[in-house]
Amino acid sequence: MKYYMEEINKNGNIAVDDTILVKGAVSAAGSYMLDGFKPLFSAEAVTRLEEKGYSVKGKTHVGEFGLDLVGEFSYYAEKTEKLYGAAAEAVKDGDVVAALGVDVNGTTRRAAALSGVDFLKPTYGTVSRYGIISTAASGEQLGVYAKDADKIKEIAEIISGHDEKDGTSLPEKTYAYSINESISGKRVCVIKELIDKCDEGVKANTKAYIEKLKALGAQVEEISSDLFKTANTAWQILMSAETCNNVSRYDGVKYGHRSETYKNIDELYVNSRSEGFNFLTKAVILYGSDVLSKNRYNDCYDKSLRVRRVVYDEFKKLMEKYDCVLTPVLSKAEYEAYDIYEAFGKVFEESEFTSIANLIGVPALISDGVQFIGNHFGESTLLSIAHSVEKEGK
Amino acid sequence: MNYELVIGLETHVELSTESKIFCSCGGHSAANEPNDCVCPACSGMPGMLPVMNKKVVELAVTAGLMLNCEISRYTTFDKKNYYYPDLPCAYQITQLNHPICTNGTVHLKTSKGERDVRIKQIHMEEDAGKLVHSGNFSYVDFNRTSVPLIEIVTQPDFRSAEEVVTYLSKLKSMFRSGGISECEEGAMRCDVNISVRPEGSEEFGVRTEIKNMSSFEAIEKAINYEAQRHIDALEYETEELVQETRRFDDASGKTFAMRNKETEADYRYFPDANLMPIIIDDEWLEEIKKNKPVAIDDKADKYREEGISEKEIDMILQSQKIGTLLDETIALGCNPKDTAAWILTDCAGILRKDGKTMEDLSVTPEKLSSIIKMVESGSINRNAGKKILIAVVESNVDPVEYCKAQGLDKKVDTAAIGAVLDSVLAANEQAVADYKGGKVKAFQALFGACMRELKGAGDPQMIKEALEEKLK
Repeated sequence: MKYYMEEINKNGNIAVDDTILVKGAVSAAGSYMLDGFKPLFSAEAVTRLEEKGYSVKGKTHVGEFGLDLVGEFSYYAEKTEKLYGAAAEAVKDGDVVAALGVDVNGTTRRAAALSGVDFLKPTYGTVSRYGIISTAASGEQLGVYAKDADKIKEIAEIISGHDEKDGTSLPEKTYAYSINESISGKRVCVIKELIDKCDEGVKANTKAYIEKLKALGAQVEEISSDLFKTANTAWQILMSAETCNNVSRYDGVKYGHRSETYKNIDELYVNSRSEGFNFLTKAVILYGSDVLSKNRYNDCYDKSLRVRRVVYDEFKKLMEKYDCVLTPVLSKAEYEAYDIYEAFGKVFEESEFTSIANLIGVPALISDGVQFIGNHFGESTLLSIAHSVEKEGK
Repeated sequence: MNYELVIGLETHVELSTESKIFCSCGGHSAANEPNDCVCPACSGMPGMLPVMNKKVVELAVTAGLMLNCEISRYTTFDKKNYYYPDLPCAYQITQLNHPICTNGTVHLKTSKGERDVRIKQIHMEEDAGKLVHSGNFSYVDFNRTSVPLIEIVTQPDFRSAEEVVTYLSKLKSMFRSGGISECEEGAMRCDVNISVRPEGSEEFGVRTEIKNMSSFEAIEKAINYEAQRHIDALEYETEELVQETRRFDDASGKTFAMRNKETEADYRYFPDANLMPIIIDDEWLEEIKKNKPVAIDDKADKYREEGISEKEIDMILQSQKIGTLLDETIALGCNPKDTAAWILTDCAGILRKDGKTMEDLSVTPEKLSSIIKMVESGSINRNAGKKILIAVVESNVDPVEYCKAQGLDKKVDTAAIGAVLDSVLAANEQAVADYKGGKVKAFQALFGACMRELKGAGDPQMIKEALEEKLK
């Protein structure tokens, strides 16, 4: 039971993060604010997997609204256990063959890297967001955990393709991915500034991976770029603003937690939300509310939208020279427990590796503790490179 | 000193669509009980995403075309944040940065003359739900949540309450006849921005906004009250005017401050990432233009030329149903003036007798034109035509068959009528004697008997004259 907030079917073979709706099962996004909420429908990705014969074993613990570092701040996970990355762990331990998670802030990617499993955050718009407990609509994407690129490809193909219930879903009906593109001659770049942020363990792991790529015939070059840092700041602003707005519907009026002490509607709102959200969510709400306020909108939110465009253009230029970027995904090789009051800054700091993929909607793949970020619809390239290395290792 | 009134309007109009703006729930007019028309999307449950209702875009563009607006080819939605229990997501989806229509004009005719009022913009948005208070509890009804609205914002171009009411009546006629909105009670709501300045001054005075009024009468009263309040403040320094939002209290006929600017909410507007920008390309715009109803001014002029009275034109422009029936019947070759009378006098009379309204009318243009043509060609008289019309309106019979079956189409020559009259007179000797003895009322009895005998055939006027002749 340590992975699951609620076990649905003992014989199930996939896990679904608590940020994703499964009909009839409590889906609370790890938050006391949504305590006991049972949705009337399942997420589109879950429905598509069930149609192919998969069944959901349980809802895996997530940090509240999937905003934390590696899924460590769930309201529901037992506090005695040092539990994080429940879905990644369930896949690693073979309890399920794959799991679904929502990547809004790199949390799922970092968890996969720590557990040593693969995770794909697909290109924005290829997988329906219908039925995910939304935080930052413009960059969140439903992704897949599995043990290898082969399984990722299979699941990603099933869940991707147009869904009329999601206005941001792209028109293509299906997507077919390859894991067999030749790795020889692939051009991979490494960002110096990102490597410099990391401890020796991570540096060694990244270096070892680069050597494997070179041995398989890929060209790896190190470049200097502040693109990831810029992207991180912009995404922090956009993500916080959108999250602040999307969780504002959790007000204690309709469902989920309602405070027992209130005398009027304002107190009902304030007390329910004060009791319901954890410190990190509150910090994101306050930050997001601030960047949207009249006095700050132009300098923060609007500027971030412009920066998003610049980052998009710069990344496209980078993709003319390279097939993908290889980066670490966490600055430290080992997870160290920390206090939730430090979470906002810590998650921001670590998101420098991941934010760009959310900001501009490009795909990112975790394998063997490293991250590949590719061009839009470049999933096949990422999967093929990871597959080649995984195959060698077996 | 003489003062000039300066008024701008924001008018919310509920659109006549079958479903809500971002989900497939029926509009709230389809609801019987509270929360009848509600789904996970419009009640703000997690996981649901808004999906744009295409019809809303088309109706908003049509409204823009009717108000001579520029149509935006790129239009986007924004979120407006505020907490209220009737707003399930705690934000309203509306348009701030790229509204669907801009820069229009409406031509107004009032007792003071004619002029144009400029439309600043029209934007699309969703309505909020409703709170019902009872005892110590408040209940939320989401039926109206996400019902599509357009908001029409004018420039500060009105100079009197009369102009405002003329404008609103015109919008109402246009939107009804254009199928944009039924504009029933409460489906058209107004915020009035009002200020006063010395006549001839270019500068605007301190502006107040009176929120959320739906009856024209209230709007007129509120404007007149507020204008006088401003003038008194300027002229006699009765109070200091501040920019603020006010509400109009119907009972006292006065306006009251709701909140002032210092505490005004920051709505933290920002783009809605769940809805992609809408691109209106040439092809789509042409299609909407093709289906656009004729502009109301052109339409009124056309009816006027056809000899239809102003009163009738008003009635026609109030209802898309009547307008369509009239236009289509005329298109089938009937005389416009007569057709208007058949619809607005005869059909309306029949329905009224049955306790129904024009909205219940189900006569097709084909059937109506067949009756009118029979009368126009003289093959039946107008009374017979009306009999057929009653049967058509009440039981939807075929007019030609009904006419034959009832023997209403008998060609009646004067000789035949003469013979019938003779027999009637012979059978009613007493009445004839009464009439000749000075009882004028007896004539009606004889005339009625003749008409019954003739079963409605023949022209009543001619029969009357023939009867008078025989009784001399």
